[in-house]
Amino acid sequence: MSDDIASLSPAQKDVLKEIGNVGAGNSATALSQIINRRIDMDVPRVSIVPLSEVPELVGGPDNMVVGVFLRVYGKAPSNILFLMPKESAFYLVDMLMGKRTGDTKNLDFMDESALMEIGNILSGAYLNALYSFTNISLLPSIPALAMDMAGAILSVVLVQLGQMGDHALVIETEFKTDDDGIRGHFFLVPDSGSLEIILSAVGVE
Amino acid sequence: MPELIKVGMADYKVGRAPAILISYGLGSCIGISLYDPQTKIGGLLHIMLPDSSKSRSSENRNKFADTGVADMLDEMIKMGAVKSRILAKLAGGSQMFAFANATELMRVGFRNAAAAKEVLSRLSIPVVGEDTGGNYGRTVQIDLSDGVYKVKTIDKGDKEI
Repeated sequence: MSDDIASLSPAQKDVLKEIGNVGAGNSATALSQIINRRIDMDVPRVSIVPLSEVPELVGGPDNMVVGVFLRVYGKAPSNILFLMPKESAFYLVDMLMGKRTGDTKNLDFMDESALMEIGNILSGAYLNALYSFTNISLLPSIPALAMDMAGAILSVVLVQLGQMGDHALVIETEFKTDDDGIRGHFFLVPDSGSLEIILSAVGVE
Repeated sequence: MPELIKVGMADYKVGRAPAILISYGLGSCIGISLYDPQTKIGGLLHIMLPDSSKSRSSENRNKFADTGVADMLDEMIKMGAVKSRILAKLAGGSQMFAFANATELMRVGFRNAAAAKEVLSRLSIPVVGEDTGGNYGRTVQIDLSDGVYKVKTIDKGDKEI
């Protein structure tokens, strides 16, 4: 199946959706506690998309975004990418750093560090949920951050998949705060081969 | 307005003047353009990986520097371009995230640039413009009316190569 992820059964898709749901739910709760705001999230999308179309999921390849990237190590190696439009990232920094809304116009070292820590916390919460489903323990790397074009940031993840196939399995959840000030996309992109391991751990091979 | 033709990731497009070929948001990928200044036939290829030797046969050939350049060149020659006149330009190949222990995979931008130049030199196509490396994204376009290759970035300025 690592050769052809284009053929997932509906049951397999449902399981992945549920993993995404609980994982992102955990993450959203963690974020909500940090910034003391209500966070809404949508039902996760599990999609298998041609690599070339992945950037369209976040508004097109030249859309300006902030991305926090973590490599996930363990039995089912994966990549995590948390993407936010630039404005959302600035707004989140205002909240985290106790500044007035609109104060952040660019990211300094401390701001970047704060956003990476958010990426860290969200990923930890997500991977905990994944563990509760699968008993597969996964460890995130230290986070890395970039502010640039969405296509350029996504290419980091896509290139790794591109070595094996032409499609990406993307478990994607969109978050937003109740005032709509922050919108984010959380992507879990299993390496080819990892998907099999996750599915077999939950018994839907 | 000249026709604007978009080139997606792992894809190429060929055309004639006055078309403009454009590819958005390149990170570690490379945008390789080939251009015959006399017939004004050109192409833009957006590669993701250096070489196809580890790939399976069913895969998209345009993902790789070697097979992508070969296919695009063939198509341009069929349209009437002459190989001995063709000039290449390339941009991209950055490393978006800096990790202390950068793996080979993280350095794929660098390897892409090296592979692209090697493929072109093997085909005896001169590289007349290059803007590779760095840690930022690029949007690239080639204007087939004059062969000017533009590189746009978010905050590192724009340039023509």
